[in-house]
Amino acid sequence: MAKMNMLQAINDALDLAMAANDKVLCFGEDVGVFGGVFRATSNLQQKYGKDRCFNTPLVEQGIIGFANGLAAQGSFPVAEIQFADYIFPAFDQIVNESAKFRYRSGNLFNVGNLTIRTPYGGGIAGGLYHSQSPEAYFAHTPGLKIVVPRNPHQAKGLLLASINDPNPTLFFEPKRLYRASVGEVPEGEYQLPLGEAEVLKEGTDVTVLGWGAQMEVIDKAVEMAEKEGFSCEVIDLRTILPWDVETVAESVLKTGRLVITHEAPLTGGFAGEIAATIQERCFLYLESPIARVTGMDTPFPLVLEKEHFPNHLKVYEAIRESVEF
Amino acid sequence: MTTTKSKTVYTPVFTDGAEYRIPTFKLLKQDGSLYKGGKAPDIDKEKALRIYHAMVTTRVLDERMLGAQRQGRLSFYMQCTGEEAAIIGSTAALDDADMIMAQYREQGALAYRGFTIDEFMNQLFGNEKDYGKGRQMPVHYGSSKLNYMTISSPLATQIPQATGYAYGQKMAGDGHCTIVYFGEGAASEGDFHAGLNMAAVHRVPAIFFCRNNGYAISTPADEQFAADGIAPRGFGYKMDTIRVDGNDILAVYQATQAARKLAVEENRPVLIEAMSYRLAAHSSSDDPSGYRSKDEEAVWREKDPILRMQNWLTKKKWWSEGEEKELQERLRREVLETMKRAQKLPPPPLETLVTDVYDEVPPLLNAQFEKLKAHIRKYPDEYPKSAIHVQGGA
Repeated sequence: MAKMNMLQAINDALDLAMAANDKVLCFGEDVGVFGGVFRATSNLQQKYGKDRCFNTPLVEQGIIGFANGLAAQGSFPVAEIQFADYIFPAFDQIVNESAKFRYRSGNLFNVGNLTIRTPYGGGIAGGLYHSQSPEAYFAHTPGLKIVVPRNPHQAKGLLLASINDPNPTLFFEPKRLYRASVGEVPEGEYQLPLGEAEVLKEGTDVTVLGWGAQMEVIDKAVEMAEKEGFSCEVIDLRTILPWDVETVAESVLKTGRLVITHEAPLTGGFAGEIAATIQERCFLYLESPIARVTGMDTPFPLVLEKEHFPNHLKVYEAIRESVEF
Repeated sequence: MTTTKSKTVYTPVFTDGAEYRIPTFKLLKQDGSLYKGGKAPDIDKEKALRIYHAMVTTRVLDERMLGAQRQGRLSFYMQCTGEEAAIIGSTAALDDADMIMAQYREQGALAYRGFTIDEFMNQLFGNEKDYGKGRQMPVHYGSSKLNYMTISSPLATQIPQATGYAYGQKMAGDGHCTIVYFGEGAASEGDFHAGLNMAAVHRVPAIFFCRNNGYAISTPADEQFAADGIAPRGFGYKMDTIRVDGNDILAVYQATQAARKLAVEENRPVLIEAMSYRLAAHSSSDDPSGYRSKDEEAVWREKDPILRMQNWLTKKKWWSEGEEKELQERLRREVLETMKRAQKLPPPPLETLVTDVYDEVPPLLNAQFEKLKAHIRKYPDEYPKSAIHVQGGA
């Protein structure tokens, strides 16, 4: 085990993947000699050469189109989009191409080797265009996998699994935790399962569900709630698409209550999808309405970021209201 | 129907365009004298000093505000050091009513148009007087009265928008044009191609002004494109194209003045590539020592565009050392005093969280806002910026 922050864990995963398979390539804006604006790809060019880790021109649709072609050819592209806010020029390549390559060709061709890494989320004074959480746009796209890690250990294992998974995978990295989240990370290669949520803490009164950086918020909220005597079951969804209905439903059948939180706006957010499915599965067991604690239905602000943010106090209040309903 | 009017050949002939080498237009040497054969554009003393004042204002503001960021007063800052002539020289060649669509490093254009230090500071600190209501990161300025479209961080999105804006100006027949600024990195985006191609097809009065400053964050121009800069792309769109020394205030001014004439009088869009260098870091979050040498920077420091203009002004006896000293001191004082004032102003009121998403706040968002206010009333100490706005409410 080694103590690492999330960036170091991601860098370690990329390093191991490139060492294990010379068909793994890392590229994107500024990822070469500079090692990316967050330094997630530090030293990879120095170690594996300019042919395997390189800067691309500044064109996101080009980066993902290029990555789709590489993946179809049999390489393992790990493309970086510098901020999730800037992924949208590549929306067509991801939604119409990556996601549908296998289906439309009757599996003659696929881009399953593709992994797209991109930092997402707020809380860094990034305003409208360095704070967004766009997972729900992509969750509406069958054919993609979407993964969000919560800490360094998870980031390394889930990223290695994403690179090796035979489906195109979007890997959203919570940039607020890049350096803030530090923890023990096993040395060497290991993979954590995609499509499986993780129960982090068992409880009986209410299930509290999130992913990525919101898990830290949930921890603080649950700490407050437990002091009030509420027993909380905490689940990290980890994979947004395809998501682990069984683990969540099983938990809610037990607790009868569900609080879901994400940073993205309420309307059309992925919490809505979870709530709809869980009320189908657990209708007669629900003791209170499923609660969603999310960003507001606005663009992401700057000065009033704290007001907008689904912080631990708002999650705590939702837990309390859910249990006392 | 084909639109290609090419002659036929009977052996395969390839071309990479290398025969069309685009020259660089220069007028002013670093010592302030003109190149042989060069003729200064028609700029009177008043105009020259307006330009110079804007350049120095921009430099002083940039130096002081990067310092403020380093002191933790500001979350973020971006300097345009080294590119003042490219930005201000081009803006100065336009009519003040022409539209500017900038990328994010064109504060000099605003300084030239008369944006006050107060206005800069209010945006930088996102206080209650910020026109953008504290929603965007520092340097995302905008001014409707100065015809400067509010900055959007995503790169190159403004390029096809400028084409559309200029088409509207053509339809309105008001004799105005749009200038759109972008870097050589942003020119790699698909929006660049879309914007220039549509401009040429629809014949719009737009000036596409590329600040080729050598770097897109850490990525040097030679990893950005294989061609000889951005200018050769103009041929592909059949667009009038010129390359100019971006550190040469007179050449930039004259080139842009001529471009404006083509745009406004003949509806011919123009591509200008201004060769310069980003002397500062990409932003306060960046550290260039990771990707370029001090020696390389030093070469460009010798080509300082402000010093070059100052030398020209001095030769013309329009400017003196004493005036320089006085201007520098006055601007430094003004920037410092204004900063202190702007920093103390309160943040925008809480309702700016939900206004302007639409023309009116929709019911669902309003319900979210009411819930937020109730939450803040319950935890006033946790929300010091806004608790004052919700006291006494229902």
